[in-house]
Amino acid sequence: MEHALGVHRLHFAFTITFHYIFPQLTMGLALLIVYLKTKALRTNDEHYNRAARFWARIFGINFAVGVVTGIPMEFQFGTNWAAFSRAAGGVIGQTLAMEGVFSFFLESTFLGLLLFGEKKLGRIGHWWAAFLVWLGSWLSGYFIVATNAWMQYPTGHRVDSHGQIELANFWQLVVNRWVLWEYAHTMLGAVQTGCFVMAAVGAFYLLTKRHESYGRTFVKSGVLVGVVAAILQLFPTGDEQGKLIADHQPVTLAAMEGLFESQKGAPVALIGQPDLQKRRLDNPIEIPNMLSFLTYREWKANVRGLDAFPQDQWPDMVPLLYFAYHVMVGLGTIFIAVMVLAALMLWRGKLYASGAMLWALMVCVPLPYIANTAGWMTAELGRQPWLIYGLMRTAHGVSPQVGAGNAWFTLIGFMGLYTVLGILWLFLVYREIEDGPEPDEVLQRQPAVTEAAG
Amino acid sequence: MGTLWFCLVAMMITVYVVLDGFDLGAGAIHLLVAKTDEERRQVLASIGPVWDGNEVWLIAAGGTLYFAFPALYASGFSGFYLPLMIVLWLLILRGISIEFRNHIISRVWDPLWDFLFSASSLLLAVFFGAALANVVRGVPLDSTGYFFEPLWTDLRLGEQTGILDWYTILVGVLALLALVMHGALWVQMKTTGAVNQRSAMFAANAWWGVLILTAMVTTITFKIQSQVKENFVTWPWGLIFPFLAIAGIVGVRFELVKRDERKAFFASCAYLMGMLTSVVFGLYPLVLPARNPVYSLTISSAKAADYGLKVGLVWWTFGILLVIGYFTHTYRSLAGKVAVAEHKAHSSPEIA
Repeated sequence: MEHALGVHRLHFAFTITFHYIFPQLTMGLALLIVYLKTKALRTNDEHYNRAARFWARIFGINFAVGVVTGIPMEFQFGTNWAAFSRAAGGVIGQTLAMEGVFSFFLESTFLGLLLFGEKKLGRIGHWWAAFLVWLGSWLSGYFIVATNAWMQYPTGHRVDSHGQIELANFWQLVVNRWVLWEYAHTMLGAVQTGCFVMAAVGAFYLLTKRHESYGRTFVKSGVLVGVVAAILQLFPTGDEQGKLIADHQPVTLAAMEGLFESQKGAPVALIGQPDLQKRRLDNPIEIPNMLSFLTYREWKANVRGLDAFPQDQWPDMVPLLYFAYHVMVGLGTIFIAVMVLAALMLWRGKLYASGAMLWALMVCVPLPYIANTAGWMTAELGRQPWLIYGLMRTAHGVSPQVGAGNAWFTLIGFMGLYTVLGILWLFLVYREIEDGPEPDEVLQRQPAVTEAAG
Repeated sequence: MGTLWFCLVAMMITVYVVLDGFDLGAGAIHLLVAKTDEERRQVLASIGPVWDGNEVWLIAAGGTLYFAFPALYASGFSGFYLPLMIVLWLLILRGISIEFRNHIISRVWDPLWDFLFSASSLLLAVFFGAALANVVRGVPLDSTGYFFEPLWTDLRLGEQTGILDWYTILVGVLALLALVMHGALWVQMKTTGAVNQRSAMFAANAWWGVLILTAMVTTITFKIQSQVKENFVTWPWGLIFPFLAIAGIVGVRFELVKRDERKAFFASCAYLMGMLTSVVFGLYPLVLPARNPVYSLTISSAKAADYGLKVGLVWWTFGILLVIGYFTHTYRSLAGKVAVAEHKAHSSPEIA
């Protein structure tokens, strides 16, 4: 990697991958905290408020790391991708600036109130703080996905005579088919991370026989929300994303599926290794005709393979793209299985006593992080060799004056800093989980006394 | 439309400097004004609930700059590659040292967090000052519209400048002293006891440095950036900006002597606003002067197309009104001195 381009790509890939560990959890947890606060309001049970407070603390740690690792993302558009920024800043700068103005201020203000203002705000006010933190974090997600969606499926713009890309229709940029499906799919992924983390902590408490009342609440909340999210992730959002890719990035679809040759009744490969030299899939295990059906709802439909496109249009890392996509889909399938099974056992009243199922929920915790990362890798590697699909190639977007030496210097700096940050983060989150929520027992003395008096 | 956005971006940056400026200043003097754990928690509690929101102004200003002046964002950010990356690292260190100190209840780690918090704040102040000085002095832009500055070359104001030369270092020191004064006045206003007295002393001492360096830097700036003089001669009404700065700096002294902590802090805000608006006024219509003036980026050469700027004005106005609401509410509810519980090892400030 003596060329600057590769280093700049790795620079962005590394910093965004590390960064996205945090927002996927905070966006998911924000929804679950609103769920717990709503339960608290409805049932009038202080248990749910204490549960919400516990998760708000974990949210706070993740939010802090998410904020400090997020600022470098905005800066890098200018520092490492100056040519891209110069050409397209008038378009994607809109959504990025809106994120700052509409969501970050909202989030930072109401997170302060969520963490430190419970007494002052009262029950309803504190619910609103939780709701607005959720709104802020999900708006933030929307603006980022809208930015990415425009790079995948540019629309609402015009290219002037100097090659400048300018905004021509604001609403087309902010609301279009691509952004809506990509947003739904991304958010469901974040919700699953939140659900798996919550259920895993609950399972951990039940298995270690500590904070068991919370253990049950966490497992139940995680599984109930998680089962819905896991299914919606596949259908309709995953399915619709697939169709959009088939329509607008057909060469990407071929690369993702490892389909080298165009064929009628194309199969879906479950396992297999793409061999670029021989242009085939090694050791394939396939479901015949499935890809044709999924893409066009016809068993014998013709699906274009990589051979239908000139090689300079292919994504430049076909094997990695293929595996990223397969890891995402494979894990997504596992999530549906685990969550549906857990939900059935919950319904039958057997979940809290089932050691095996609780173990399964607990060890699943890294998997949604991997699936979310693999999903983004699919989107970003699939967009290659384009930076803005069909408009600007990645090689043309890089900062012309920032050489490989300087890019390596800062990449290594980020790697060192993020390693330390990652260790500290794991340590802090683990400590919060070890400490657990405020015990129910102590505060339950109140009703016990009234009962005795009555 | 371009000029309007020039003013709006300048306003956002000014708000950032005034707000996060006191966080950085408080950080820079943290180790010296607060000796015991309780005192240090007083300093941290004075900025704890607000620093994060203040920093958002930087992100929002960055985003706004990006969409309104894409060519400036591209040239400036890639040209200032190294200092910006260092600024990012410092922002990360500052953020986590404030947040993690609250979460790790172990005295062993406290000196590390305090040191990181203080060192990163101090260096941020210097780098921001030096960055501003780079813009004022001009950068080695060429016909491609790009440049790249190493951190330093020969520390002179030649053709191939580095980020650091004697002028930018001088402005960096001025920025540090100005923010030390600003932060000390904030800490003074928010605290009681020994911290309050020490920060008053810091503000009073930093004031002399600010006064002398402001005079020096202003004189030199007129010499090295001809646009500044031209603008003040063409539009003499612009002198209200430097007058605001002068009124601010005089006001700080006056209120310090009178011991009015609130007014002293507001006078310092006026000084910072006056200084920044003077710079912005002096550079207009340049957004990034080049060492060779032919290649300077101007408002019209750097701005985005008018349609986007018009659309932006609609949502931006709406968004900023909301933000003003949040900030008014937050600062109101936090008014008065901070109280730090003595018995608790680490207390989170409860909003009163």
